[in-house]
Amino acid sequence: MSVKNELKSYKTVREVSGPLLFVDLQGRGGVSYGEICEVVTGYGERRRGQVLEITNDLAVVQVFEGTSGLDTKETSVRFIGQTLQIGVSEEMLGRVFNGRGIPIDGGPQIISEEKRDIAGNPLNPVAREYPRSFIQTGISTIDALLTLVRGQKLPLFSGSGLPHNQVGAQIARQAKVLGEGESFAVVFAAMGITAEEARFFQSDFERTGALEKVVLFLNLADDPAVERIITPRIALTVAEYLAFEKDYHVLVILTDMTSYCESLREIGAAREEVPGRRGFPGYLYSDLSTIYERAGRIIGKKGSITQIPILTMPNDDLTHPIPDLTGYITEGQVYIDRALHRKGVYPPINPLPSLSRLMKEAIGKGSTRVDHAALASQLYAAYARGRELRDLVAVVGEESLSDEDRLYLNFAQQFEDRFISQGYEEDRSIFDTLDLGWELLTIFPNPKRQLKRIDEELIEKFYPLNRDPNYNFHDVNA
Amino acid sequence: MSSQIEGTIIRISGPVVQAKGMLGARLYDVARIGNLGLIGEIIQVDGDIATIQCYEITDGIKPGEPVIGTGEPLSVMLGPGIMSQIYDGIQRPLPAIKDVTGAFINRGVETPALDLKKEWEFEIVAKVGDVVSGGDVIATVQETPAFLHKIMIPPNISGKIIEIVESGKYTIEKVLAVVESEDGTRHEILGYQRWPVRIPRPFKRRLASDEPLITGQRIFDTFFPIAKGGVAAIPGPFGTGKTVSQHQLAKYCNAQVVVYVGCGERGNEMTNVLEEFPHLDDPTTGLKLMARTTMIANTSNMPVAAREASVYTGITMAEYFRDQGYDVAMMADSTSRWAEAMREISGRLEEMPGEAGYPAYLASKIAAYYERGGRVEILNSKEEKTGSVSIIGAVSPPGGDFSEPVTQNTLRIVKVFWALTKKLAEQRHFPAISYLESYTLYWDVLKDYYKKHFSDDFDKLRTRAFRLLQEDNDLQEIVQLVGPDALSPAERITLEAARMLKEDYLQQNAFHPVDSYCSPEKQAWMLRNIFALYDKMRELFDAGVDLKDMMENEIFDKIPRMKYEPEIEKLKSLNEEIQKLSPTNFEIITI
Ligand SMILES: Nc1ncnc2c1ncn2[C@@H]1O[C@H](COP(=O)(O)OP(=O)(O)OP(=O)(O)O)[C@@H](O)[C@H]1O
Ligand SMILES: [Mg+2]
Repeated sequence: MSVKNELKSYKTVREVSGPLLFVDLQGRGGVSYGEICEVVTGYGERRRGQVLEITNDLAVVQVFEGTSGLDTKETSVRFIGQTLQIGVSEEMLGRVFNGRGIPIDGGPQIISEEKRDIAGNPLNPVAREYPRSFIQTGISTIDALLTLVRGQKLPLFSGSGLPHNQVGAQIARQAKVLGEGESFAVVFAAMGITAEEARFFQSDFERTGALEKVVLFLNLADDPAVERIITPRIALTVAEYLAFEKDYHVLVILTDMTSYCESLREIGAAREEVPGRRGFPGYLYSDLSTIYERAGRIIGKKGSITQIPILTMPNDDLTHPIPDLTGYITEGQVYIDRALHRKGVYPPINPLPSLSRLMKEAIGKGSTRVDHAALASQLYAAYARGRELRDLVAVVGEESLSDEDRLYLNFAQQFEDRFISQGYEEDRSIFDTLDLGWELLTIFPNPKRQLKRIDEELIEKFYPLNRDPNYNFHDVNA
Repeated sequence: MSSQIEGTIIRISGPVVQAKGMLGARLYDVARIGNLGLIGEIIQVDGDIATIQCYEITDGIKPGEPVIGTGEPLSVMLGPGIMSQIYDGIQRPLPAIKDVTGAFINRGVETPALDLKKEWEFEIVAKVGDVVSGGDVIATVQETPAFLHKIMIPPNISGKIIEIVESGKYTIEKVLAVVESEDGTRHEILGYQRWPVRIPRPFKRRLASDEPLITGQRIFDTFFPIAKGGVAAIPGPFGTGKTVSQHQLAKYCNAQVVVYVGCGERGNEMTNVLEEFPHLDDPTTGLKLMARTTMIANTSNMPVAAREASVYTGITMAEYFRDQGYDVAMMADSTSRWAEAMREISGRLEEMPGEAGYPAYLASKIAAYYERGGRVEILNSKEEKTGSVSIIGAVSPPGGDFSEPVTQNTLRIVKVFWALTKKLAEQRHFPAISYLESYTLYWDVLKDYYKKHFSDDFDKLRTRAFRLLQEDNDLQEIVQLVGPDALSPAERITLEAARMLKEDYLQQNAFHPVDSYCSPEKQAWMLRNIFALYDKMRELFDAGVDLKDMMENEIFDKIPRMKYEPEIEKLKSLNEEIQKLSPTNFEIITI
């Protein structure tokens, strides 16, 4: 064992290609798949790499800091006999790290409580607990129609220039579980976002005093692209530690997953792999799942990991492989809509193409309110109808609409202006959100006829004109 | 029996490992890789070099480490203990793995697929002197309240029983009987048997399917039914309802055994089944669903090679249940992930890629897989007996584009196509199955069954419903072009009837306690009532009743409530109520 290090140092780089080094092992072997190595440039700079493919003679190494300045003559590679690990500790809360997990806030080194492999092991489905607790984000559209649940993975599908960062920050700031004072933490992993975007998040956390409960990993746009491959894995390794060893409810924000996927594509291209759709590797789905599936709850553990990955859809194209494969793995999606944004609606969340698949079990009596499911379904249907009629009006004019149709048009407008729209600092309780929904439904004067998605009993009790003024509607058991 | 071969690793690339010195190794044999002895399967042999797909993560493995070819093909263990279990893609029981490595799955865990210590009550049904061959039942075990496990002579064995135990409590490793073949070889018959997953289990002959697999889902049973032993595909973009549909089928279809394969999908979805099924009742038998279900969960983040194997593990188990004379339904969610696993492995082998990077053999693999479904006359020396495997495969086309290779190659094989569409899902019209695009090729062989068992007019009602949906589609196009004003009152009545059919019949809420399952009898009454009202509306209109006045009648509030009505009698009386409506109930406008 002691001779291992000398044995495994090589100055025989055969080729440098994109982010990859091809190292001639001269038949000495002893290097393992996935092993980490230290790459030293001719002028003494140290970088880190990982073995992607190995034979007796050749190691294909991806270099996290990129290969610029590496050559076949001077560069040396030393394999360190380990897969990629990170030291984890509760002390990481409140700290800022680069995309490889090295502190960059000038603070002390982290004394780790434990070292963990960043690849993580798959969670056994029989050990999972089905996510059921409602998280109040204070954003009406999400809480009422796309409920976020503890342990869920719910991405924001956005486009360049849209306020997804604001929405992400607002969720991180306001997220809470009703009636519980449990420890809450945010793990934030930035991949390829601009320095300004990173500053935005940081100052938002600072301003609200949340920073001490946040762990930041920053790989910025001008940081090495290959590093992005490990940033989310490092972040999730820390999140798993905090959630399942230290009982935190961890909210993990991953942004921008598009940059992550592009790095993966770059590596695939350098390896001359057969590309899949739009040049992305055929294993993009499997790769993404090893990130997204790291959300969840475990039977017998207090903590949880809830993920909000953010991605910008190239050309706002929902069928692009990145949103497409993400949607196939995550438990719904929140769609940030350019048209709503142009109209000045904030947060511009369009509920129609959005979905929270875990919502149904997390709402209702005892967790939100008994009318929630029916109300959500009614608001959704009425808004969908209103938008459809809006399109129809654009073709055939408003004259051909019936009076009833006009109610829907009006509703869609009000819904956008009052329900979807809210302040960046506005934190609405679930009860305010639901009541606002009911208020908008008074646009329909004949509820029993027109609100078909809601049971008569609920209309009896909750329709604003029917309400008993002495009754407390702000209660999960109302 | 077969000898082991020891070679040395020369290359590792993700799940693909190559070893030299493997002369004599056979394709599809299991290999143990590296010092950890990770499980793999030989997928290519070239001279003394074997290429192996590894069912576990290969991180940390080095060239130079040993590889052992076991000489045994990748097989499953089939016997008592299999029911209500949940396995990974190569039949390792997940609860047992959890006991060893905790909440997260670690490598190198070795656990038998079936509990070797548990004693079962074997009821012996054969005797010394009996001449038996493959498929003959020698014992039974009431494994769960819903499942009588039949212990059979394995397919390749025949002869005379020369020894047999008494009925009693034994473990599955007990030699229950000894069979002597004509050539004098003695075969010990244990409580379980093994079968290689890549080889279909034999049967006597294929039979035509003539009974429907009833699902309790209106869109399936009424419009696009699948036969017992039939094969169906359910393709759709993400979030349109593949998994919910598969879960509904697993819950309510009238198969006697369900094999559910979660292939490269979400962990939480399997957890959901595990939490729900032990509490839900089978509508046919009233027994708990879990008692007839066995599951395979190789979620998306679990090793990709084991995902490739998972559908074979599943179908082999399904065939084993079929061989006991049962009607088995197998769901695979999603076959696209299986195809992608093949693509990933093929890419690592640097094979020549075909369309969309899939290997050229994609089409034949898909075809061969669905071929393992069917209704058959099972092996058995005594009487004619049948069993069936129905296969329902979910397909997840990239970008929701059905022209991609997995969807296309699947549609070439299957006889039922349930097309999920984003548009319906966004309208929250669930199940979001396109009633215009979907099809079944089984209706002609099934309609007599419907007539005999459910109702005389089923075929007629169904035909009317199809016609109405088509008319609706044509009228909607006109509305989109020139607005609703352009329609005549008669056309409006048609639209209204179609709306009832779509909203109050086709839409079925999987999460509503009553609506989740709808018996064929109830389906017939619901349809009958909608058409009775449609006819009545036309009659009233002809008598001069204004459409708007007509629609004020409370009968229109009762139609949407039919689906939540558990009692069929109530639907019958609603029908009477509809028939009784007459122009005298309304104000008549005379022109
Ligand atoms: N029959 C149904 N009744 C009520 N809701 C449904 C029904 N079918 C689907 N849904 C809704 O659609 C959502 C998505 O369904 P499902 O998870 O089955 O999609 P999927 O096609 O399997 O997606 P993916 O490809 O991403 O796995 C569900 O969470 C549920 O809200
Ligand atoms: Mg699914």
